Amino acid sequence: MSTRRDFLKGALASGAAVTACVAAVPAAARETRPRPPEALGLLYDATLCVGCKACVAACKEANNNPPEFSTVDHLWDTPLDTSGYTFNIIKMYRNGTMEVKDQEKNGYAFMKTSCMHCGDPSCVSACPVSAMTKDPVTGVVGYNPDKCIGCRYCVAACPFGIPKYQYDSPTGRIGKCELCRHRTKDGHYSACAEVCPTGATLYGKTSDLLAEAKRRIALKPGTRTTYPRGKVGGPDQSYEAPVGNYLQHVYGEKEYGGTQVLKLSGVNFAKVGMPDLPPDAAAALSETIQHTLYANLIMPFAVLGAMTWVAKRNVKPDDESSDKEGS
Amino acid sequence: MGNISEIFETSRETLHDIERRLEMPRREFLQFCATLAATMGLPAGAEAAVAKAIEAAKRPSVIWLHFQECTGCTESLLRAEHPTLEKLILDVISLDYHETLMAAAGHQAEAARKDAMKANKGKYVLVVEGAIPLKDKGIYCKVGGHTAIDLVKECAADAAAVIAIGSCAAWGGMPSTGPNPSGSVGVAEALGKPVVTIPGCPPNPYNFLAAVVHFLTFGKLPEVDKLGRPKFAYGRLIHENCERRAHFDAGRFAMEFGDAGHRQGYCLYKLGCKGPETYANCPTLGFGDAGENNWPVGCGHPCIGCSEKGVGFEKPIHQVAKVLNAVPPQQYPRIVEEQGKAASIASAAAVAAVAGAAAGAAIMLTRNLGLSHAAEEAERAKGTGDAGKSSADKAQV
Repeated sequence: MSTRRDFLKGALASGAAVTACVAAVPAAARETRPRPPEALGLLYDATLCVGCKACVAACKEANNNPPEFSTVDHLWDTPLDTSGYTFNIIKMYRNGTMEVKDQEKNGYAFMKTSCMHCGDPSCVSACPVSAMTKDPVTGVVGYNPDKCIGCRYCVAACPFGIPKYQYDSPTGRIGKCELCRHRTKDGHYSACAEVCPTGATLYGKTSDLLAEAKRRIALKPGTRTTYPRGKVGGPDQSYEAPVGNYLQHVYGEKEYGGTQVLKLSGVNFAKVGMPDLPPDAAAALSETIQHTLYANLIMPFAVLGAMTWVAKRNVKPDDESSDKEGS
Repeated sequence: MGNISEIFETSRETLHDIERRLEMPRREFLQFCATLAATMGLPAGAEAAVAKAIEAAKRPSVIWLHFQECTGCTESLLRAEHPTLEKLILDVISLDYHETLMAAAGHQAEAARKDAMKANKGKYVLVVEGAIPLKDKGIYCKVGGHTAIDLVKECAADAAAVIAIGSCAAWGGMPSTGPNPSGSVGVAEALGKPVVTIPGCPPNPYNFLAAVVHFLTFGKLPEVDKLGRPKFAYGRLIHENCERRAHFDAGRFAMEFGDAGHRQGYCLYKLGCKGPETYANCPTLGFGDAGENNWPVGCGHPCIGCSEKGVGFEKPIHQVAKVLNAVPPQQYPRIVEEQGKAASIASAAAVAAVAGAAAGAAIMLTRNLGLSHAAEEAERAKGTGDAGKSSADKAQV
């Protein structure tokens, strides 16, 4: 009944259909999206951080989050990592005798872990509904619990491990830094930057912050310079301090196509928990593949057609066997 | 609010009056005003406004009622050792009725109260010390044949302001602690409306004086929290200003009275200090004008939370407190915190062996299913064959 000729015909037809759909939508291939021009962000300068954790406490308060305990006495808020209830945490790099701050060997360093607010965020790309969104103006990556279906694709997608799910709650949500966007209407800005006593966390437009970061790394270590505190362009709270021993690298300038949160450090970024990332966002590649495959639903129809054809070909008419039994 | 220099320019004569009236040198009077302004957290220069209010000699009438209490609040107030403070208590305000301090007695005293209430209708300040029993129509506390609840309602009706001094008046305090046989409650609950409360057992006299002087200066009582406590005094946890806080953060605790840690002034948290859940300014203000650290924790006893409803007189003294502000301590997570252990080769091999066995079993099961199906089919075919055969045999027979 079925011949090799038929099979080849079918294969050819579905192959043609795939070729047609791929050829029809070459525009689906997309580049990594840049930060919006008015993007807001933070600049974290590890050489200025004194590890007071005022930002951790302020973040908890601003987001109304409960304390998390990791010690035997449940006395202090001691989260070990970001979680559904901890959006910002200061971690510590330790090596050897830990004598000198911001030194890789026999030194120590602090590092802030919180949302990087990527220019082209994977969490937004992975979200099957529109619970994770990127503000077109400020670029803040926000979360809407009313739209979330709890699939946690964002948790898996983020290269920095930032969105975290509240696993202990039957009505859990995703918890992540939203750059205190709920506080801007009261004239406030990110609580972590607002309380930072040394300006190690600085709030402002990412373009301004990038310029400030470049100014800092161009300075000669040990000379004195003025460091702003709080918010770039806000009331002057600046102070003079010696320049740290910076790596010539602004983390977040190019990583992952550019993030809105930038970081400066004296210790290799990979060692303080910031992953080495390519200059293209994963979302660009994954969306190119996905959108190509599913463009105009041609591919699904072609595959379904081919499968139907193969299935039909393999089904024997039922009456044949019943005839046999009857005889 | 004015400038301190205004006092000298505009009211030199009134200050002389004050000197005479209060028998207090001008310098001491101004120091007193500055102390009160500082207690209230008012900005620099406010002492001028305070001084003006006091020297204006308005002397608001104050009626002070005593109910279920120990008079400790009054005693505390009398022992405020700022020079000639007792003069001020009696002269800044016109204390028209106070059972401990008044010279009158019996019907004469009650008449004084009624007169003061009539003469200053709507203008006097009512201060209540002690809880008010409500059970059995309030018969467990009577003054001059009237129950406490009747008296407080009568006096509060025309009062400009009501202040509940001490924990008993604030929410019921010790008398209201279970089993509460007399059904004691605080003033706010008895009157059914919020009042300013100055809880404490006893409260710091300066907190009370500052609240009264705030009323004199600005014509209204100070801003209060949700329990009616002035924010200037009860806005922060004891834990936040405690001189032993550094020991708490460093994890240095006295484990029992008189041990090495206790002698070195370590944190009293593990002895049951309620500082982490009690709002009061005890660590910053101290008691008895005797200098720094003169307060329970400073003396080596854990705070019992006397100014906090649900803590003082209710929780056992040595029960460990609930820390209300668990701000981060000086310890840091590592860059990568291990969360559980990775699989060892042996455990991975064991898991792989189990998985392999399961997969093999599944294959065998499917195969056997097919086999048994085939066997069943064969059996059926055989059965029908036999049946046919036997019927044929029967026919032959």
